[in-house]
Amino acid sequence: MFTGFMVNAWEAATIVATVAGVVGFFVVLRGSAFPAHAIPNGAFAGAAGANLIGLNPLIGLGVFSLGAAFGIGALSRRGRKDAVTALALVMMLALGAAFLSLSTQYEPEIFSLLFGEILGVSSSQILPVALLGVVCIIAVGVLYRRLLLTSLAPDIAAARGLRPQRVETAFLIIVACATTMTVPVVGALLIFTLLIGPAAAARCFTNRTERAMLGSVVIALLTVWMAIACSYETNWPVGFYVSVFSASWYGIGRAYVAWHTTRVVLGEPPASMEVG
Amino acid sequence: MNAVRVFFEPGFFASGPVHVALVIGAVTAIVSAVVGVFTVVRGQSFAGHALTDVATTGGSGAFFFGISPLVGFIGSGVIGAGAMDLIGVQRVRSRDMATGIVLGSATGLAALFLYLDATKSATTGATQQILFGSIFTIDPSTIPLVVILSALTLAVIGLIYRPLLISSFSAELTRARGINLRGVGLLFMIAMAVSVGLSSIAVGSILSTALLIGPAATSVRLTSSIRAAMVLACALGVVAAWLGVLFAYDSFYWIPSSQGLPVSFFIVSLIFVFYLVSGLSIVRRGVDWLTRNNLPIGSTPALTSKAEL
Amino acid sequence: MSDPPVLEVEKICVSFSGRKILDEVSFEIREGEFTGLIGSNGVGKTTLLRTILGMQRPDAGVIRVLASPLSPRSRSLGYVPQKIAIDTDIPMRARDFVALGLDAHRYGFARRTAHQHQLVEEMLHDVDAERFANHRVGSLSGGEQQRVFIAHALISQPRLLLLDEPLANLDPKSVQEIVALLHRVARDHRVAILLSAHEMNALLPVMDRIVYVTDGRAASGTTDEVVRSEVLSKLYGHHVDVLKLHGRVLVVAEPGQDNEDIPQHPTFTVS
Repeated sequence: MFTGFMVNAWEAATIVATVAGVVGFFVVLRGSAFPAHAIPNGAFAGAAGANLIGLNPLIGLGVFSLGAAFGIGALSRRGRKDAVTALALVMMLALGAAFLSLSTQYEPEIFSLLFGEILGVSSSQILPVALLGVVCIIAVGVLYRRLLLTSLAPDIAAARGLRPQRVETAFLIIVACATTMTVPVVGALLIFTLLIGPAAAARCFTNRTERAMLGSVVIALLTVWMAIACSYETNWPVGFYVSVFSASWYGIGRAYVAWHTTRVVLGEPPASMEVG
Repeated sequence: MNAVRVFFEPGFFASGPVHVALVIGAVTAIVSAVVGVFTVVRGQSFAGHALTDVATTGGSGAFFFGISPLVGFIGSGVIGAGAMDLIGVQRVRSRDMATGIVLGSATGLAALFLYLDATKSATTGATQQILFGSIFTIDPSTIPLVVILSALTLAVIGLIYRPLLISSFSAELTRARGINLRGVGLLFMIAMAVSVGLSSIAVGSILSTALLIGPAATSVRLTSSIRAAMVLACALGVVAAWLGVLFAYDSFYWIPSSQGLPVSFFIVSLIFVFYLVSGLSIVRRGVDWLTRNNLPIGSTPALTSKAEL
Repeated sequence: MSDPPVLEVEKICVSFSGRKILDEVSFEIREGEFTGLIGSNGVGKTTLLRTILGMQRPDAGVIRVLASPLSPRSRSLGYVPQKIAIDTDIPMRARDFVALGLDAHRYGFARRTAHQHQLVEEMLHDVDAERFANHRVGSLSGGEQQRVFIAHALISQPRLLLLDEPLANLDPKSVQEIVALLHRVARDHRVAILLSAHEMNALLPVMDRIVYVTDGRAASGTTDEVVRSEVLSKLYGHHVDVLKLHGRVLVVAEPGQDNEDIPQHPTFTVS
């Protein structure tokens, strides 16, 4: 399991999971679940389009995911954010359907764009994926404190001149970037689970912000590693395992919170809500 | 007379599949619009969309287990709605998280089913078919069932109309009137799941979301009462659906060497354009004028407040 | 008198869709002054605060902070908004939120210095929040959260702290505690306070000046200057009586007139 082409799979998965853990932490903090789903799906349409005109699908991914990020950002200034995200999403998917109908894409290619083909990652793909990943993480690092305050208390942030709108657009672009690098590996539909599940689980175990982000990365890594191992053994798609494990971690996290809260309610040893 | 022929390519009005498409399209648009207005107002667009993907999973699962697709689409939708309700609490952000988890799990399952479908029956194109659907290839014999279930969904909405209205705008008023907030919420989710399941199987999951959210979001922007919004959303949805069918049919002829562009592309584009256009102030003023002078508007609350439900 | 006023509001006018919300509102706040912005709900208090913070552009008039025109990055103003809903799920301790008040505007991820940690400790002590400093912000009660937000706003040492209806949903005991706390930190940190409320009695002991707002018009000065029959009648446009009883104030309109404009706690009683 650890030799030959599988090495690429492990490397790619590790990079993707790290980025997903970091970016996903803020996706969950900001409640941006829907855009995190919409942007990758839109990106998929771009890949189909790029394929149609003979370009590298990654370019299509990048262009459409950026378009989605800007589109959602711009439209949501004058409309309900969730409705607007839905509209942007379906518009891009419809474009994707149009592209697909005009081209002669093969089923396996579509499947791999949607659900990833991590076991088919070539060593030449590792470097671009790693570079984009580093860009994403650095961007998050630079905006770290602004992201925190604008997520928690946008009014206070606005009063301090931190411009929540701009931070939001920047964040969506980061999500777009993360999408572009991860879609080929885990697929447009499944990067979403990796962004949401581990981060939502990690924050159940600790009160401290940095630890929660670290936990998010750790859980994401565990998720993909276990998923690859299981997929290797059973031949079932990696994406299936990724989503199942993500949901399971979330369940474990919520169960832990419930257990901990019950302990506090029952008056057991003074719990200061400090966990971890 | 030539203008007519340019617009309506030969055989449009005679074609059987076109008739079916027009009927299914209209029925779907109407049910989606009614449910969609509440969906948008309650800020549940994510859940609405997620349910279409969940329904699609059910479809691919049904394919694999050999059960009726209708059962698959609707059944999985209802289960998904129940799961979202169970996991999610009242706060908006937790609700989105619950929706996300359910959606993610359903997507993973879909990956599994599609993989197993492929190995089991060596069918190709299953992914595309299930995800994008096609309004032109619906079996006419399913029309009665779709219409009946749609009518049932509308009836349910009609039954819970008052509590639904109140609970969508004011949590306090809901409690004051003794309405079970959780119960109404769950019932609505199930109605949404059924409506979305029906439309997914009829027109595919993309169109299902588009018809649910698009016309509703547009009409909510332009009107100030639920009743007016529903009327306008139905109108917009049906117009988009029919024009879309027309353009798709015509595109067989316009685009030389292919099968034309998918219907979903045209319908969704129209819906999107309607939404964008509704943002123009001139359109808003026009609608204001219309509502003041012509259309009877019910005296239901304004749509400016979004309930934190 | 040589120092410029911390805040100068000059003839501010704001309208929304044709309705005049603020009509030539003017007042001044000097260093260390405790000013109450009193008015009933919907009368324009929040709009005025947002205009001062630069979040709302006035149609006319000028705002000056320390004699310079207002700029968004002016760190002389601290702000505690009316409602902040922080989810219980959010992994941030009260102490971390306060620390964010120091460096939210900084780019990057640098660790906080020992000196900054010290400042946080002192601020937590000043607002009496040490007890729950390590608890999640989202799990705190309304009153506890408020202390954390006050600490967050104060830690960057603003010259003026603006609070939007901090007393609105508190029980009378908590009201007293918060008012006493604000008075104390204002004195200790030499920061001026502008606090909006719809009931002035809780603030009478600590208020240096009052800005009394009704229907977009305002009168400002000391409590004795402003809270008088003649002044308020002119402001309301109809006759009102001002009654003082046991150190508390009651503003009453004539029978037949609308009492709704008058900012009063609905269950006002003499204690």
